[in-house]
Amino acid sequence: MAKGDVKLLGTWASPFALRVEVALKLKSVDYEYLEENLRGGKSELLLKSNPVHKKVPVLLHGDRPVCESLIIVQYIDEVWTYGPSILPSDPYDRAIARFWAAFVEDKVYPSMRAIMTASHEEARAEAVAKFKEVLVLLEDAFVKSSKGKPFFGGDEVGYVDIAFGAFAGWFKVIEKAFNVELFDEATTPNLLAWVDAFLAHPAVKDITPSTDKLLEFAKNFLLPTMKAVAPASQ
Amino acid sequence: MASTKKEEVKLIGFWSSPYSRKVEIALQLKGIKYQYLEEHDLKNNKSPELLKYNPVHKKVPVLIHNGRPVVESLVILEYIDETWTQEPALLPSDPYERAMVRFWCKFIDDKFSPAVRKYLSLGPETDGENARTEAQECLKFLENELKGKKYFGGETIGMIDIVAIGLAFWQRTLQEITDKDLMNKQDFPLLCAWAEELLSCSVISDNLPPKDKFISLIRSRREAAAATSK
Repeated sequence: MAKGDVKLLGTWASPFALRVEVALKLKSVDYEYLEENLRGGKSELLLKSNPVHKKVPVLLHGDRPVCESLIIVQYIDEVWTYGPSILPSDPYDRAIARFWAAFVEDKVYPSMRAIMTASHEEARAEAVAKFKEVLVLLEDAFVKSSKGKPFFGGDEVGYVDIAFGAFAGWFKVIEKAFNVELFDEATTPNLLAWVDAFLAHPAVKDITPSTDKLLEFAKNFLLPTMKAVAPASQ
Repeated sequence: MASTKKEEVKLIGFWSSPYSRKVEIALQLKGIKYQYLEEHDLKNNKSPELLKYNPVHKKVPVLIHNGRPVVESLVILEYIDETWTQEPALLPSDPYERAMVRFWCKFIDDKFSPAVRKYLSLGPETDGENARTEAQECLKFLENELKGKKYFGGETIGMIDIVAIGLAFWQRTLQEITDKDLMNKQDFPLLCAWAEELLSCSVISDNLPPKDKFISLIRSRREAAAATSK
């Protein structure tokens, strides 16, 4: 299978699409980005490529679709074997990385959503407090995985960095929009440094939307949409 | 590949947990010797070992390999496949095929299983009907995946088959406690054939929860749900 002809179906504000882009950039893969119009209804290509979930991101590699952001990231790592490895080589280290990525998948987005859709200050403060409990666990995971280096993956951005770091832009939005501190020197000193290190990484900095742009998007589109929909049961 | 160094494999599980059963099946398929540790009271009195080896989630299954824990059933299954590389391979070697296996396993765990669990624990009111419809929508996708194949893994049992085992088992269970079929032969001929094939393998059938005990558990959950919803 030729390695040419890579397309990514995504939306500019989606942290899930960002995960895939960071992985592609890390591996220096040439790709065409196809923006899915959020307000225009789902494209034919999306519905055809992801009939089960009808969601972005979808990677099209020689017209074969791969869906689900973390599955796509693993696929990228396994196809493009030159360049930095996204997952570690040791099976146990891989299991640890997959565990924390699954943890991020379970806990981070729902926590952020709870903060963003909280109907009043008390509820928001409670949601922030709950999220900080999650962050303390990730702080501990970071210390163990990084072994003193700047990323979960060590010297280089790895699987957990990508899974979790894709939300970094949105963490900044939450902090700015609601005037809260998610990371702090007292409870999550390493993650505090890591967020900025991740956002400054060459594979990330040119593709992460600005905080202001995301904030405007949140105010005008995302929050009204989230509040209109019944809260997710899990 | 036989290891020359001492290998200690333990599994903390629970009799009714499909997730711990799946890990047992994978270990047995690969011929890996392990010590099984049953959690006696998962709900009210978790063992010190469980809390020590899975402090984040405090759940089964927990695989402990040479003293190091691996948790979350999908993570454990991939770990087993990567550590013990003898047949059968749980995942194929081609990256695209691997992505497809991961996709369907996630689909079964995230979308399908919750729908079936919900249906099993609810009585036959409206909610039960919605859950049944949702589960059947998922079944259609899975039926499609089986076209031209004996197992999801092709000629041999693979990771999707293991993760989907609940499907085969619950189908039998459901027939005992409700007159409604979730997976009928007319609409899902391939899945029904697959379920029969799977359940005829001793390594699979030996590792399913005792049917009567499991049915009592499901019945009591349905009664409890019906009682609280009134």
